[in-house]
Amino acid sequence: MSEALSTRRLVTRLLLVVVGMFGFGFALVPIYDVMCQAFGINGKTAGAYEAGLQSTDESRQVRVQFLATNSAEMVWEFRPLADELTVHPGQSTEMVYVAYNPTDKPMSAQAIPSVAPSKAAAYFHKTECFCFTQQVLQPGERIEMPVRFIVDRDLPKDVKHLTLGYTLFDITARKPPVAQATLTRATP
Amino acid sequence: MSAVIDPGHAGHGHAGHDHHHGPAKGLMRWVLTTNHKDIGTMYLWFSFAMFLLGGSMAMVIRAELFQPGLQIVQPEFFNQMTTMHGLIMVFGAVMPAFVGLANWMIPLMVGAPDMALPRMNNFSFWLLPAAFGMLISTLFMEGGGPNFGWTFYAPLSTTYAPESVTFFIFAVHLMGISSIMGAINVVATILNLRAPGMTLMKMPLFVWTWLITAFLLIAVMPVLAGCVTMMLMDIHFGTSFFSAAGGGDPVLFQHVFWFFGHPEVYIMILPAFGAVSAIIPAFARKPLFGYTSMVYATASIAFLSFIVWAHHMFTVGIPLTGELFFMYATMLIAVPTGVKVFNWASTMWRGSMTFETPMLFSVAFVILFTIGGFSGLMLAIAPADFQYHDTYFVVAHFHYVLVPGAIFGIFASAYYWLPKWTGHMYDETLGKLHFWMSFVGMNLAFFPMHFVGLAGMPRRIPDYNMMFANFNMVSSIGAFMFGATQLLFLFIVIKCIRGGKPAAAKPWDGAEGLEWTVPSPAPYHTFTTPPEVK
Repeated sequence: MSEALSTRRLVTRLLLVVVGMFGFGFALVPIYDVMCQAFGINGKTAGAYEAGLQSTDESRQVRVQFLATNSAEMVWEFRPLADELTVHPGQSTEMVYVAYNPTDKPMSAQAIPSVAPSKAAAYFHKTECFCFTQQVLQPGERIEMPVRFIVDRDLPKDVKHLTLGYTLFDITARKPPVAQATLTRATP
Repeated sequence: MSAVIDPGHAGHGHAGHDHHHGPAKGLMRWVLTTNHKDIGTMYLWFSFAMFLLGGSMAMVIRAELFQPGLQIVQPEFFNQMTTMHGLIMVFGAVMPAFVGLANWMIPLMVGAPDMALPRMNNFSFWLLPAAFGMLISTLFMEGGGPNFGWTFYAPLSTTYAPESVTFFIFAVHLMGISSIMGAINVVATILNLRAPGMTLMKMPLFVWTWLITAFLLIAVMPVLAGCVTMMLMDIHFGTSFFSAAGGGDPVLFQHVFWFFGHPEVYIMILPAFGAVSAIIPAFARKPLFGYTSMVYATASIAFLSFIVWAHHMFTVGIPLTGELFFMYATMLIAVPTGVKVFNWASTMWRGSMTFETPMLFSVAFVILFTIGGFSGLMLAIAPADFQYHDTYFVVAHFHYVLVPGAIFGIFASAYYWLPKWTGHMYDETLGKLHFWMSFVGMNLAFFPMHFVGLAGMPRRIPDYNMMFANFNMVSSIGAFMFGATQLLFLFIVIKCIRGGKPAAAKPWDGAEGLEWTVPSPAPYHTFTTPPEVK
């Protein structure tokens, strides 16, 4: 094996490792999401729950608290109608959030849900949620946005108290309200 | 031949006249050189310049923290100082210093005529002044330079970053390319250019630790490049890797960063392990105890460094099983590190020790690095970390592993090999003075940080509670002492280049290795015919 050739082959291999590791850095993005989902961490909830209704467990009560937070630079008024509800596992419950656009421009927003404690996130099912779509509000418009949820009957026994928090982000720049308006009207 | 080490005096080298293939004359010698000794010299000078610059920033930080309250700088500038101090010391001072040592010593140690890829070697050095010129220029831009800490967590470094962050990102890209090319060069040199008979298990430990470091660099510098590329895309191209607003996650940033960041801390210490493993046997006049176990311990540390990154993130809300895994995996690193420390101690045991400056720095390295290792073990305890996180205890910990670890390792190497580089002995009295001033200054500066950290003083804040005032004043005095002492080092090196007692080919009677078989100063070209290794 000649010296020059083997050096070239070695360098090629090392460069392949470099390219591979650069790709691995980006691969960490989906890996991270998969890991968070697999281990139920991060308080991220799944999408719409379609497994059907569960029978209600009348013997158990769980307090569910509701939070609404505006991300930085978001100017909407955003709050739940009640701070807290007591529900039975398996029972389907609705809570209404209110949003109001005080500016003189149409704006679009996206709400990102999060459940604490994070181990309860997998047991919190949303059958209907305003977070599944984007909201578009005309200047001065106020809407009521429902979220319908079921706390799973298999919720770990030591969890007696959950918090559902929404953070509202201004996505007007990314999803202009005009294009979005037709889209949201199409889906009731 | 003073020209070998001092760019300012390149013109009056005399030994060059004796060779047909001596160095070219003038400035272009340094721009175009492909000689591993020239490039090593440039790396070392560059790293020392960055050490002084990063050190000056530390002086600003310590001057502001001399007393509680805001006296000297505004908080915005203070944040830029902490950030730039960290970035410059990590990427500008420590890493290039080790690459410089690798350039100078690895070909001499394995009996190679030069590095395997000399032109790439030149390019990887000259990328650095460009990268750091760009990084430092951000300080003079509107809105200031990076102010988000050297760990540049998103969204502080994306959504809330100053405009200059794009220059920072490209500077990191250039540094990354430079490091990767340097590492590829080291691997190619070690694997392909060893002299006949120099089997892998006969290589000096400095070569071994650098081989492993080079693999770490090749594995993680691209991840850092990917990380800053994602930042760039988030800032300018509307992606949301780290922005919750678009479905991304800022915690993802920390995972990607520390997947690079933890191996990075071993990149900064493993070559020092190798250098100390050469120096301690030389001055204990005994062969290194447990050579094979040293090699395996280094490899184990490198492997473990890939599976412990989340111990930097115990407080972000990772699940209990994750905390336990990362806690135990981190503690496991103490085992190979302990093997090393005991091997160094055993090498000194019953040796005929003398304490010249390289040995003083090496012995201090073993003791003080171990202290830093112990505070690392304390930080590894996940439940306790909630109190230590983001306090001065962390600052004390990583300065104990980096200053008497990496930096003392570099000083020890510099004193040990200066006679080989310059052909003169350095001034031993001044060297010892440099050591003792550094030793006292460094401990004064960093030891009290353990106490204020445990008492709850947060890091990266220009003001602090009155109750921390005394310890902070002691820290600042120690830091000023350590900082000023480094000018003495500059003086010692220049004095050694310009003259002094001529050095023998092997100035240390216990030293071993091929580098001592060539004359001092090492001729411009060495081992053009490979040496015979028995």
